[in-house]
Amino acid sequence: MQDVKTEKKEFTPNIVAFCCNWCSYAGADLAGSSRLSYPANVKIIRVPCSCRVNPMFVLKAFQQGADGVILCGCHPGDCHYVTGNYYTRRRMALLYSFLNYMGIEKARTRLEWVSAAEGQRFSAVMNDFVKTVTELGENKRLTDLRVKEGE
Amino acid sequence: MQRIGVFICWCGSNIAATVDVVKVAETIKNEPGVVFAANYQYMCSENGQQLIKQAIKEHNLTGIVVGACSPRMHEATFRKAAEEAGMNPYMVEIANIREHCSWIHKDMEETTEKAVVLVRTAIAKVKLNAPLMAGESPVIKRALVIGGGIAGIQAALDIADAGFEVDIVEKNATIGGRMAQLDKTFPTLDCSACILTPKMVDCAQHEKIDILSYSEVEEVKGFVGNFNVKIRRKARYVDESKCTGCKICMEKCPAKKGANEFNMGLDNRPAIHIPFAQAIPNVAVIDPEQCIKLKTGKCGICQKFCGVGAIDYEQKDTFVERQYGAIVVATGFKPIALDNFNEYGYADNKDVITSLELERLMNAAGPTGGVLLRPSDKQHPKVITFIQCVGSRDSSGCGKPYCSKICCMYTAKHAMLIREKYPDTEVHVFYIDVRTPGKNYDEFHRRAVEQYGVDYIKGMVGKVYNENGKLMVQGSNLIDNEQITIESDLVVLATAIEPEPSVRKIATLLTASIDTNNFLTESHAKLRPVESPTAGVYLAGVCQGPKDIPETVSQASACAAKVIGLLVKDKLKTNPCVAQPDENMCNGCGQCANVCPYGAITYVDKEFRLGGGKTEIRRVATVNPAVCQGCGACTVTCPSGAMDLKGFSSKQIMSEVEAICKM
Repeated sequence: MQDVKTEKKEFTPNIVAFCCNWCSYAGADLAGSSRLSYPANVKIIRVPCSCRVNPMFVLKAFQQGADGVILCGCHPGDCHYVTGNYYTRRRMALLYSFLNYMGIEKARTRLEWVSAAEGQRFSAVMNDFVKTVTELGENKRLTDLRVKEGE
Repeated sequence: MQRIGVFICWCGSNIAATVDVVKVAETIKNEPGVVFAANYQYMCSENGQQLIKQAIKEHNLTGIVVGACSPRMHEATFRKAAEEAGMNPYMVEIANIREHCSWIHKDMEETTEKAVVLVRTAIAKVKLNAPLMAGESPVIKRALVIGGGIAGIQAALDIADAGFEVDIVEKNATIGGRMAQLDKTFPTLDCSACILTPKMVDCAQHEKIDILSYSEVEEVKGFVGNFNVKIRRKARYVDESKCTGCKICMEKCPAKKGANEFNMGLDNRPAIHIPFAQAIPNVAVIDPEQCIKLKTGKCGICQKFCGVGAIDYEQKDTFVERQYGAIVVATGFKPIALDNFNEYGYADNKDVITSLELERLMNAAGPTGGVLLRPSDKQHPKVITFIQCVGSRDSSGCGKPYCSKICCMYTAKHAMLIREKYPDTEVHVFYIDVRTPGKNYDEFHRRAVEQYGVDYIKGMVGKVYNENGKLMVQGSNLIDNEQITIESDLVVLATAIEPEPSVRKIATLLTASIDTNNFLTESHAKLRPVESPTAGVYLAGVCQGPKDIPETVSQASACAAKVIGLLVKDKLKTNPCVAQPDENMCNGCGQCANVCPYGAITYVDKEFRLGGGKTEIRRVATVNPAVCQGCGACTVTCPSGAMDLKGFSSKQIMSEVEAICKM
């Protein structure tokens, strides 16, 4: 298989977005139905609550070559499961500083609150995040260097 | 061996216009594990579903992925279709290639590429799906209505008429809400009290309705079908079962200087009072801020005069706990505070009033007995100027960005009623736009202009100031392109409305979504307009968005229909996507129970075989599937990785991450 990466003109980051089912995923749906665009390299994984996101998932994403990981949940106080986003906030504060310590720029990770009514905000947040990660360039620090099958 | 079927929907041109659906299906066909891939114009249609069902049977599929609209839209549809074809409904995954793809990106190549990745991600997940069985939970056949305005009253009456018990919790001393304060109602000019009070009486007399007035919701636990609600019954210092509503206490009470909330503070009421003549329940309440006895311990006059011994100064707040199957939120609205709008001089001039204050000034039960007299000198105003959109459609941050919807109509009503009653009065209305959609609404507004000669001026008001006792309203006339100043006797501000502030707390208690303007969010703007995303919670009236009485009543009845539809069921299917511990890995540390918001996790001692005939007894976590709501907080907290979430397992999410990253 030809290496397509060398042919790419400009760098487009690959971004994994975790969105909670009740607020942010619905916010992303609203952004969609309102035709509020954001770059196609943002790909959303639906989780019931932001607190379902294990720090392992974020590490896995970076290991697998994601250039940025964003986690979106309900606004504090509005969590569908009452307290889930508070746990997320604490866990991610720790994880993000840990990632920073490991040499992964802090700006590659982000935690944002987006409600179901905030399609506009969802689109704005994603545009801004993609811009930030694009400026940072490719994430090489944690990429899995093991020889892959077929290489 | 997994046999996955993939179905790509065109959604007419909604997906197909920007995603090459044929190419997506062709590419996906070659994915490992995929044995069937198809594309079709409308997967959700009867034929589309038939196609899925047939493929499941013909190709012996073990799991399917539907690349279509958001799972929040049609996941249930496709799960049902799969079930009908004999597949476990939880072996279905949706790749959201419409809202998250075709609608937001324009470049066909890029969008198609993304759609492929999204479908691959869903395939990666579905390969790890396991068949799940929904449990059952009983439904408590009783509804709670929060708020006793017209929305709450209508919803309660409709639910009760269907034979179910309903409790109305109202934070004020009487039900009736804002509608009770109105004089006439547009577009038919019915007297508000004449149409509302019979409904209030119906509520009071209905054997299925229990009114908990002067009460607030304090705590909500549980879930759809099984809410457990703690209600605070505030001390009213009057025994509700004894008070006959004779009002002798009101006459005798020496502390008569309290601002009368019902009349928007335009006159005073005694410390012990019944809010208004038709109050339900017709029972007095003591304002503790004002009562001399409660403040100083001396007085007790009302107690002396009360013929039935209803006064109880020792009364304390009490709590009741009740179970409900469904909850209707109908908390209503209030006009916004005008602190940010000094230009209208509301705080400095007694004769600058809000529209709701004007309602009271025109009402026969109001402070002036229905004679329109201006507040400063009790004279009949000869020139009245109305200012519309005070705080509405204001993106400056001072007011509200939305249209309050009711102001154009009630201002036309006020103008018309004033011209009708006092033909010698000159009435001007400053407006930005006149918005009168609705049955007989525009005709109503036109009557105000054409028949009653109300002077409508297109333009905004810059300033209202007092000059020698006259109110000068300075504004622009955009039609004639000139600045004008109108010397007025009374200025009426059509103040924006906002959700009653207590809705914030209620939303948190119910975990119901709320938007940036504090309106509760409906599940779907068009198709599920009265349901909150939180199952079992329904929305009626202005708490969901600005609306007038006809709309509020329709919405309340719609809520009632939804509630009745829920309460007639004996059992509900529960969400099978709940937490599940691996007992071999669990060491019973107790951390998962600490983070569980529902108390679904308990610990049991279990015997485990160690091999060689030895056993050990270990404490392990168990999850009550009827109580667990499936948030997943415990899964991440578990230090040994023993806890997992069905339907969103760690392995599933990891494989989704991998699929996205493997470009």
